[in-house]
This record gives sequence, structure tokens and C-alpha cells, in this order.
Amino acid sequence: MHELSLLENVREILESHALSQKFTKVSRVTLEIGKLSCIEPDALRFGFDVVMKDSLAAGAELIITELNGMGRCQQCEQNTVMEALYDPCSYCGRPLTVMQGMEMKIKDLVVI
Amino acid sequence: MCGICGCGSPEQKQSHKFVFKREHQHHHDELDTGRLIQLEQDLLSKNNTFAMQNRAYFKARNIFVLNLVSSPGAGKTTLLVETIKALNGQFPIAVIEGDQQTEHDADRIRATGTPALQINTGRSCHLEAQAIGQALNELDVKNNSLLAIENVGNLVCPSSFDLGEAHKVVVLSVTEGDDKPLKYPDMFHAADLMLINKTDLLPYVDFDVERCVAYAKRVNPNIHIICLSSTKGDNFTIWINWLEDKINVDSSVES
Repeated sequence: MHELSLLENVREILESHALSQKFTKVSRVTLEIGKLSCIEPDALRFGFDVVMKDSLAAGAELIITELNGMGRCQQCEQNTVMEALYDPCSYCGRPLTVMQGMEMKIKDLVVI
Repeated sequence: MCGICGCGSPEQKQSHKFVFKREHQHHHDELDTGRLIQLEQDLLSKNNTFAMQNRAYFKARNIFVLNLVSSPGAGKTTLLVETIKALNGQFPIAVIEGDQQTEHDADRIRATGTPALQINTGRSCHLEAQAIGQALNELDVKNNSLLAIENVGNLVCPSSFDLGEAHKVVVLSVTEGDDKPLKYPDMFHAADLMLINKTDLLPYVDFDVERCVAYAKRVNPNIHIICLSSTKGDNFTIWINWLEDKINVDSSVES
């Protein structure tokens, strides 16, 4: 359950921006999570309210945007959608270099 | 503007299924009372900052750092104990042990005469870079030395957390099953060396080494693989040679 640690990071990031960007409450948090990252969006949703309780994001809405995995073949230089890290190039079958899908970031916030 | 799809017009509100897997709510009304801040900040940014600091610390002192990861019981501590014996005092060694509870592993390392610090992560399932930085204040890590960090036994979570190491080494024992690289691809993708351990037990278990190697290469074509037995010593010199080569190369180039 490293999703809990990651949510604690989210809370700390929000708290640090609250000072510099002068807000006191967060009403919405949008996360961007790549489908190849080892994060389970449902576990994030499950833990979000608990971790944000008593913080400036208590009761905030959580939106998770999932990003598809995308890999590039070094041999034939084609891009292939990846469902898993071990998916091969769909054109020549060789291993892919991950170009997209490992993301785990806070995209934006709505603050008051 | 909608933070999910970027649209800003009310008439688009109901028509996003073709772009996104799930219908999502729009928040234009909410924004009338709030302010949108584009952050684009990595969830791991805090850990990555501490990892960068650790890496700079190690580089400045020529400390070669390994982050050993595996599922519980793959043989990380035994591997370390035997590695310490095999290196036979060539250079100073220190060990950081990560476990949710107990000092057992650090005690096993200390029994070899090597300084070890146990970090109990409590409910957390992995080590983080900040805890390694704090450990450096308590553990006597010499300049020009080897620091081995034995992570919490867990094939999932430690893969995401950079500790500032030079190499992430994943240990897989033959009693665990040869399809672990596909079942837990993140860890094998993140590691640059895989040790297939307990090879002395191969006659007794249904473990296909070739298949395991092929699976690991599918997840990570660049992963280096050594099959060995820590307890019986089979191929152990290959691992020790890898270690010595890397220490020589990395200490002259970068950590």
C-alpha cells in the first residue's frame, strides 16, 4: 500500500504550495497516473479522504486521469500502446522503451 | 476550463465518453468560487529531491551504494553476510537494513563485524530516501566504501522509491516461481541486476531458469542476470567480480 505514502506526499505538496501561493483550502485535486506506474487508482481513491482528513484538502474532490502506456521500438522506430511493461513492439516483436505511462503527478488544484 | 479535458464550453459537458474511458463531471461552476493552479508536480518529487541529495553525498565521498530488493525470504541478508565474508575486508562496508519490525537482520550483519543500522518502517512497506539520509547521521559509513541497503521484502512498492543508489539489485529465489518478473514487472523494470538465488535447490523445485531469464529480459532488455547460491557458494565469485568491477568503474566515473 505505497499509495498511502504517495497520498501523504500529495498532502505535503499541497501544504507547501498553500504558503507560497496563498490559499487556505483545496476543493479539488487532479492527479495524472500512468497505466504502467505501479499505482492502483482505486487504492488512491480509497485512501484519499483518510489522508486528507484534518488537512486543508479535507473533503476535496479527487479526480484521477489515467494515461495510456506508450512504448517506442529502438529497432523499427514505431510507437506501440503498452498495456504492461513487458508488451513487445506490435510491428517487430522486440522490446519497447517506455515513452509514456509511468507518470504519477499532481496535475492541478482548485483552491480557495 | 475543465481540468480533465481542457474544454471550456458548457455545451461540451455531456460528450466526453469518446475521449475518456469514464464520463467525468465538469467543474466550471466550482471554478467560479475557486482558483485553478496548474502544478504538474511529480508525486515522488519530495523523495526524488532527498535521493538526489543522497547521491551527491555518496559521490562526494566515493561511497558505492546498492539497493537490494526482493520479496520476503529471497535471501537478501544471507547474500549480504556471504558477500561481506567474500570481500574479506578489501574496503569498508556498512549496511542499512529495512524491515517493518525487529532488529534481526541488522544483528546478523553485525555478527560479521560490519556496522549495520536497522530502520523499522512500521506500517510502511518500503524505504524512502529521507530515511536513508537520516541513517547516514547514525551509521558510520566510511569514505571509499560500500554501502548496502537491504530494502523491505516487497516486490511492489520499493520499485518507485529512488534512494540515491548506484544500482538496484533484485534478488529472486528459485523457490518463488519463474514468472515473478511478469507478475511484478515494475521491480524488474527498475532494477539493473537480477540475482537468481538458491540455485542449489533447483533439483527440488519446478523453476525454469531460461524461462525466468526470458521473462526478465522482456520486462527489461538491459537487465544483467547472475544465477547463484549464497549458502553453497555456486557462482558466487561471478557476483563478487561484478561488484568489484562496478566499484572500480563507478568510483572513477560517478556513483
